[in-house]
Amino acid sequence: MEPMLVLENVNKAFGGLKVTDNVSFSVMPGEISAIIGPNGAGKTTLFNEITGHLTPDSGRILFKGQEITGLHTQEIVARGMGRAFQITSIFPEETVLDNVRVACLSRLGQTRRSLRSVGNFSQATEQAFAILESLGLKDQAQRPAFELAHGDQKLLDIGVALGLEPKMLLLDEPTAGMSPDERHLTRELVKRLWKEFNLTLVFIEHDMDTVFGIAQVVRVLQQGRLLAEGTPDQIRSNPEVITAYLGEELA
Amino acid sequence: MTGADTKKEVIFWGLLAGIFGLLPVVSHNDYHLIMANHIIVWGLFAVAFNMLFGITGMLSFGQALFYGIGGYGVGLMVKYLGKAWFLPGMAAGVLAAAVLAYLLGFLIIRVSGVFFTILTLAFGQLAWQVTFRWYHVTGGDDGIQGIIPPGILGNKVFYYYVCLACVLASVWYLRSLSNSPLGLILRCVRQNPARVRFLGRHVRRNQRRVYVISSVFAALAGGLMSGVDNSVHTNMFYWTTSGEVILMSVLGGIHQFFGPFIGAALIKIIEDVVGSRTEFWPLIIGLLMMTMVLAFPRGVVGEFQMLKARWQWRALERARRG
Ligand SMILES: Nc1ncnc2c1ncn2[C@@H]1O[C@H](COP(=O)(O)OP(=O)(O)OP(=O)(O)O)[C@@H](O)[C@H]1O
Ligand SMILES: [Mg+2]
Repeated sequence: MEPMLVLENVNKAFGGLKVTDNVSFSVMPGEISAIIGPNGAGKTTLFNEITGHLTPDSGRILFKGQEITGLHTQEIVARGMGRAFQITSIFPEETVLDNVRVACLSRLGQTRRSLRSVGNFSQATEQAFAILESLGLKDQAQRPAFELAHGDQKLLDIGVALGLEPKMLLLDEPTAGMSPDERHLTRELVKRLWKEFNLTLVFIEHDMDTVFGIAQVVRVLQQGRLLAEGTPDQIRSNPEVITAYLGEELA
Repeated sequence: MTGADTKKEVIFWGLLAGIFGLLPVVSHNDYHLIMANHIIVWGLFAVAFNMLFGITGMLSFGQALFYGIGGYGVGLMVKYLGKAWFLPGMAAGVLAAAVLAYLLGFLIIRVSGVFFTILTLAFGQLAWQVTFRWYHVTGGDDGIQGIIPPGILGNKVFYYYVCLACVLASVWYLRSLSNSPLGLILRCVRQNPARVRFLGRHVRRNQRRVYVISSVFAALAGGLMSGVDNSVHTNMFYWTTSGEVILMSVLGGIHQFFGPFIGAALIKIIEDVVGSRTEFWPLIIGLLMMTMVLAFPRGVVGEFQMLKARWQWRALERARRG
């Protein structure tokens, strides 16, 4: 089977600071995997490179077998790459419904329509409601997004990405800033979305219960380098990972 | 839109068409007619400007450029080719504005925020200089006088109704646009441009789109105005004209679609009432603006809705307790 995403010797430095250090790995279609590593390890930067927000200094990135290195974000998104953000990125003054609906309209290529009001675009509207239903946000559909609780805003961020019907979804710390209860719910939700939307899903996460609870593959980044890659059991018992990272977390 | 919003919308359109439609019937005073004509044409100009500012978040300090082109399109055609060219002149002005806005868009919509604002100002002033200096073509500071629309359009009341029809149709279109998918994307561009790229949409391209749309309607307003005043003047290009639509929008409220229209009416009425009593009216307008921005930043329409919401909330509380 052809991998969904391939990174080949990707490098990136900010000034003298190496934030992506010769990283190579492949993500198989339908896989759910986690990227872990200490603060500043370069996890978010890696997502930025995959989505065209940053261009690597060298190396290649392939998505669905085609090279996407150096393409604009818009083109990469159009090929089926979706992303939710570490710092929630939504449209605060629009309603919860419109946040998702604008993504659906975008996917349907209807964002240049200027005569009929958004409510008349029934395909996008129905799809947006279905996504809000999956996320448990349907009751809040008509509220402006800024009124939502922090945790719900993080979910809405994921909802915006889902509106584009991505093949692959990157989630940057989906449970960050949540209470233990909310975390538990979000963990189950991410797993359910992965199945329901047939996604290849990669998430960055610091919460180890989430990582070892739902990931099939775990990759560990440290100072921009890929320190280890394997199943949760392999990672948990990897001496290098324990010394470098997990030691402090599990202790 | 909810049911209550639809009802409000219907009421607003009813009032707008009713008040301005009946005015010539109620009052046969020429002065009132010209005043009302100024209000509706400036109202259109302000609403068009606010598509850029309030909706998309692009503060242009140079929309006078397009207003002037609309006016001089008519003025030059009538001056050199005769008054039969009034309407073709209006079409030419609008078309020229569209082409110029499209080309200029590539040049100035590569920068954001204050740099965009300064570039629009610079191009507006450049156009003013050219019109001012190129005396033997544009008439320079004398402007162009005697722009009388041909045939029945020459009738003041008839011309007023033509303006009203154009303004209502244009504002209706811009209103539809603001509720449409394109309008939604434009609001998203203002609130979170980075995320718009992650929707697979181009921020700059959408900004250029709305820049052209806004400029076309500014030019239409300029063209209509040439027939109201029967003249055009280099002032149409001057930065104070760009400033005036900003003031109107801020006064009325930039986050309400109809705010700028209300603001235009208020400014024109204040200019008229205060202007007839003291020559210091710009000072009064300045003070008014300072008060608005400092004390009522939501604008007249925004503050009114805020008050209403608060009042309804209190009534609700009282009902709950009582
Ligand atoms: N645009 C940038 N310019 C300069 N330095 C940057 C930039 N973006 C990130 N960095 C630096 O690169 C390093 C990696 O940042 P990154 O955000 O990728 O870390 P991370 O692994 O996501 O960390 P966290 O777990 O805290 O989110 C950090 O030292 C950061 O300060
Ligand atoms: Mg990060």
